[in-house]
Amino acid sequence: MRVDADNLSLASSGHMLVRDVSFTVASGEFFGIIGPNGSGKTSLISMLCGLRKPRTGTVSLDGEPLAGLARRALARRLALVEQQADTSERMTARQAVELGRTPYLGLSSPWSGLDDAIVDAAMGNVGMAHLSGRQWHTLSGGERQRLHIARALAQAPKVLVLDEPTNHLDIGHQIGLLDLVRHLDLTVIAALHDLNHAAMFCDRIAVMKAGRLVALGRPAEVLTTRLIRDVFDVEAVVDAAEGGTCSIRFAPARRMAAE
Amino acid sequence: MKHSRIRLAAGAALGALAALLLALWFGAAIGETAIPFDVVAKTAANRLFGASYPLAAIDEGIVWSYRLSRVVVAACCGAALSLSGVVLQSLLRNPLADPYVLGISAGASTGAVSVAILGLGGGMIGLPLGAFAGAVIAFVLVSLLALRAGRGSAAIILAGVAGSQLFHALTSFVVTKAANAEQARGIMFWLLGNLSGVRWPDVTLALPVALVGLVICLAQARALDAFAFGKESAASLGIPVRRVMVILIATTAMMTAVMVSLVGSIGFVGLVIPHATRMLVGVRHGVLLPAAAIVGAIFMIAADVLSRILVPGQVLPIGVVTALFGAPAFALIMSQRRASL
Repeated sequence: MRVDADNLSLASSGHMLVRDVSFTVASGEFFGIIGPNGSGKTSLISMLCGLRKPRTGTVSLDGEPLAGLARRALARRLALVEQQADTSERMTARQAVELGRTPYLGLSSPWSGLDDAIVDAAMGNVGMAHLSGRQWHTLSGGERQRLHIARALAQAPKVLVLDEPTNHLDIGHQIGLLDLVRHLDLTVIAALHDLNHAAMFCDRIAVMKAGRLVALGRPAEVLTTRLIRDVFDVEAVVDAAEGGTCSIRFAPARRMAAE
Repeated sequence: MKHSRIRLAAGAALGALAALLLALWFGAAIGETAIPFDVVAKTAANRLFGASYPLAAIDEGIVWSYRLSRVVVAACCGAALSLSGVVLQSLLRNPLADPYVLGISAGASTGAVSVAILGLGGGMIGLPLGAFAGAVIAFVLVSLLALRAGRGSAAIILAGVAGSQLFHALTSFVVTKAANAEQARGIMFWLLGNLSGVRWPDVTLALPVALVGLVICLAQARALDAFAFGKESAASLGIPVRRVMVILIATTAMMTAVMVSLVGSIGFVGLVIPHATRMLVGVRHGVLLPAAAIVGAIFMIAADVLSRILVPGQVLPIGVVTALFGAPAFALIMSQRRASL
């Protein structure tokens, strides 16, 4: 499913959070959004998910504007994985994933065997089937985040949106999680913190700075020493790698000057 | 496997209803003058199903006019307060939320007292309407304060504490300023929860409110499930968050207001019963809501019976009994939660 963002702006108490952002995410693409803290990534994500109404502009899925879609209909097409959504409820891993079926259930469509099958498949997909009976609060951060992805998959969406999904995970879980997402047959939009992860996994990257979209393209085109200095205010060496990707080494400004 | 699960659920539901009926039966039989169980059953049969068992008029009168109406209202009240507790705790994602902590009960008391003692509304509005208005005003104030304080779940509890204190102070102010000694004593007793004045007309208010409240909450059971990971998560699961919150909070405010106007503000039921029920049946609201309603109803009937027999020859305010048992139970539940985290 294609996602179009057209001229999106968002303001909160007189402060512009996002200004005139436009892009198109192709069906099946892994689209990364990077930028420093406060650059408007999360605001942009929340507009793409229909959680916040843009002040101007529209988001559309395959040409259909989000504003015209009912919440339930939207939840069947697009699923969101938040940074660190947690609960104090004493629920099992499987119960958390079962929530993903919410947009399909109602008085006339109660829980059925099909829902069970979809939940089982989603848990298997993220490698969590063996932990389905475990209590949520006994699981690690990486396991919880996998379950959030399974919950999103249980929504049977066409688009998966992730807001810094790897925060607070160790490096093994970070790579594992992104690799898992990469291999899903979905359009993925992910706000990412780590530039190397963005370079490794994204087809294209959008770079945000102070609410504006300042660069958009394939990782090797976008992630240059100059852009990283401009946007993130750090010195870096970018090494080109195969397939249009690249890897980035950071260094303190002083040492770079000496090299 | 599916059939056995359905049979199990049906069995549990029947068992719970039977327990509720048993509690109602006990509640009507036990009191200052103990009345044999068969007399209670025969009275109910006479009055409800037109049977004609010969009974002593005085026994039948006590059971029908005083005891049965009283236990039914106690049950409705326990059910409504527990439901409110479940809904508020899930919606606000805070284990401390209940109508009492959030100031709704305090506001209802102020509203009731303003009508009863100050004569607000010039006799045009009754005590229940006054309590309802007070509950709504208190909740709006607490919500606004919480929004200003930053929306978090701690903010709403702090705002609730502030609101409760304010409305308790207003209630005390009205009572000490305007009431004579006798009125003041009566109101103070009422504020701690008192079922002695309850008669059948109160049942015709309490029962529909509790049942309608249960149905409305049950209709939103899946939405409440979806709140487990917060508002944004619920919205991304297709829940119309604002509408659900307005409906459910209005429903809890209505239930609380009506119950407080009938029996005074009774604490700890809305706080403890939801936690205890979650430990029994889990977190799915489709099961949790009716279970909490029944457990709350039974708890309240038991508390009412205790309030009548704990001190011979004297009726304790029921709020005292619910707090005496509720506070230690809450402490126990909280420490268990901690241990398992």
